[in-house]
Amino acid sequence: MSNFWSIWIIFLTALNVYFCYWLVRWTVKPRTGEAATGDVTGHSWDGLEEFNNPLPKWWLNMYYATLIFTVGYLILYPGMGKFPGLLGWTKENQHAREMIAADEKYGPIFAQFADQPVEELVKNEEAVKLGRTLFSTYCTVCHGSDARGARGFPNLTDNDWLYGGEPDTIKATLTNGRSGIMPAHEPIIGAEGVEQVANYVVTLSGREPEDAAAAEKGKEIFGTVCAACHMPDGTGMHALGAPNLTDDTWLYGGDLRTIRETITNGRNGVMPAQQQFLGDDKIHLLTTYVYSLSHGE
Amino acid sequence: MDTSTTYNYKVVRQFAVMTVIWGIVGMSVGVLIASQLAWPAMNFEIPYLTFSRLRPLHTNAVIFAFGGCALFATSYYVVQRTCHTRLFGGPLAAFTFWGWQLVIVLAAITLPLGLTSTKEYAELEWPIDILITIVWVSYAIVFFGTIFKRKTSHIYVANWFFGAFILTIAMLHIVNNMEVPVTLWKSYSAYSGAKDAMIQWWYGHNAVGFFLTAGFLGMMYYFVPKQAGRPVYSYRLSIVHFWALISTYIWAGPHHLHYTALPNWTSSLGMVFSLILLAPSWGGMINGIMTLSGAWDKLRTDPILRFLIVSLSFYGMSTFEGPMMAIKTVNALSHYTDWTVGHVHSGALGWVAMVSIGSLYALLPKLFGREGMYSTRLIELHFWMATLGTVLYIASMWISGVMQGLMWRAVNADGTLTYSFIESVEASHPFYVVRMLGGLIFLAGMLIMAYNVYRTIRGSKTAEVDTSIPAVAAH
Repeated sequence: MSNFWSIWIIFLTALNVYFCYWLVRWTVKPRTGEAATGDVTGHSWDGLEEFNNPLPKWWLNMYYATLIFTVGYLILYPGMGKFPGLLGWTKENQHAREMIAADEKYGPIFAQFADQPVEELVKNEEAVKLGRTLFSTYCTVCHGSDARGARGFPNLTDNDWLYGGEPDTIKATLTNGRSGIMPAHEPIIGAEGVEQVANYVVTLSGREPEDAAAAEKGKEIFGTVCAACHMPDGTGMHALGAPNLTDDTWLYGGDLRTIRETITNGRNGVMPAQQQFLGDDKIHLLTTYVYSLSHGE
Repeated sequence: MDTSTTYNYKVVRQFAVMTVIWGIVGMSVGVLIASQLAWPAMNFEIPYLTFSRLRPLHTNAVIFAFGGCALFATSYYVVQRTCHTRLFGGPLAAFTFWGWQLVIVLAAITLPLGLTSTKEYAELEWPIDILITIVWVSYAIVFFGTIFKRKTSHIYVANWFFGAFILTIAMLHIVNNMEVPVTLWKSYSAYSGAKDAMIQWWYGHNAVGFFLTAGFLGMMYYFVPKQAGRPVYSYRLSIVHFWALISTYIWAGPHHLHYTALPNWTSSLGMVFSLILLAPSWGGMINGIMTLSGAWDKLRTDPILRFLIVSLSFYGMSTFEGPMMAIKTVNALSHYTDWTVGHVHSGALGWVAMVSIGSLYALLPKLFGREGMYSTRLIELHFWMATLGTVLYIASMWISGVMQGLMWRAVNADGTLTYSFIESVEASHPFYVVRMLGGLIFLAGMLIMAYNVYRTIRGSKTAEVDTSIPAVAAH
């Protein structure tokens, strides 16, 4: 904020607060020739009149109290333009203070499990329970309270993994996030090509294609275009997060129409990085919980 | 009829009758969407009936159609009678009536179609915004023209409030609806980011401050002393509370945006001026209720007066609650919960609707030349239904809102959230049912009013319609 605006804000604020004070002082002043207290003022509109009663005392005191509070508040807290207030309070540092306090209080609860490997921690009921409460706070919005996902959000319970289900991989997913990008292919292989590949992809999971001839041609295109990520046999590649197309588990849907849509326009799946937000200890417990979903009893 | 010696009652009659009709429409939509919150299937899977489209229709209908018509009717009536002069501008008053009805009908068509500029209480798209501007400027010309050629020496206090309401709404409407049209029914706001939000709530809160407060205080300042047959309690109080109210209200908007991307200083100023607002707001309540001193017994026999006085009590309650909710630490609990919804409805049902209903019951017989309304007992019944409906509504929303706020901030021993969001929704369900019932009872009261109004107008003339302007100028 420039000095000009700062001064302008201070000026307007002070003016209005002072006006509120002056207004009352001006009004309570007795005037010569006015009606006596408890009398009507002498004007009449459509038969309506007004008493010249004084301002109620309790009301006046309440009014002054709010004005005094205002002056005090604007000295202590930010409000008068660039003046930060004597307490130095901001909502940003209030938040930061609360976060630090929470970390101090709750940090040790999560840190106690940090040096145990996930494979062992998964047998520790308390750790898994902690992981589950973290999951229901932070993850359920996308992955669902039962962790079975939704369209575009992977099911975490079926041991079918885009990037791999090892503890380290799960942890890497949580820590740094993932961008699951399937490029749009219509510009590359054309609408006819999309139709052919889509029919072929349907056959990969052991189903009958709608158009067997197209599927046959699609196989060729698949080998040259799609196999780079999804592998020649369609089983996908964890390093790239390219889904296995042979297992009939689908992120966006496995019917011909959806497959066609996926190939035509591509997909943009995003798992946000959690490290800054949750920190390593909580991620460790979340990894444990997610791992436990497919490696439990 | 000689128009130089008579008041224009035709436009007042039109607006008064439409107030009842739009009230029923707006509140019916409200009851429907309240039931959708309790039972989502009530949208019948029809896109035009979904909550997202009907909610703005409900707010626009009750604020601008019901409240707006009530304000047009009473301000036109009051300004003529207290200025001892006919409405200025000849056919312009009739234009404001038909123009305003057109705005309402267009809103009722476009909002269910999903056409919206997305600004709360200003959802209407740009062509309708322009129409509103034209109608509103005409309204200002009629109102202030009448004030200028008045035959009384002073301007009555009700007209200060009506005047402030008309001027400020014009400014708010124009500034907040600055938008770039893309097609006939799509536009984008001229502002962006936090600035857009701030202008929206500068508008939003002052729509409450000037439309729903100042305007209806104007109504109160005529009909309460008239119905009580007593002079206004304190002229001095009316001066202080008028000027303090209009000068501080305009700052209060940022309290809708505490703990957001808004700068800290803006938030603080919004909060302190909201607190200063408490006393000026209560000034209106005191002036209204104390006007009854010496005539308290009338409350026993006159349900119209009871409507007016109870509305002032709800006004006092909401204007205490508002400043409290504007305090940052309180707001941290109340924001985004049903508490806000309860607060708005204690103002909208308790204050705005009840003061309008009371004023209309006082006004309608005079407009149609009747001794009184067709049935006083039905007014009595309506009063109890309106009170019960309001209390059920706001009490359920208070409980539900505070509960939501507490559930959202509850944490386990390990610092994780105790409740997921859906659990707070589940816990709110019974209160949504009670809220719907409260709204239904309030709506049923309006239907009784419609019947009473119909029978009053259909019945035979029992008194002369007094439209004659006093020949001798009052001082």
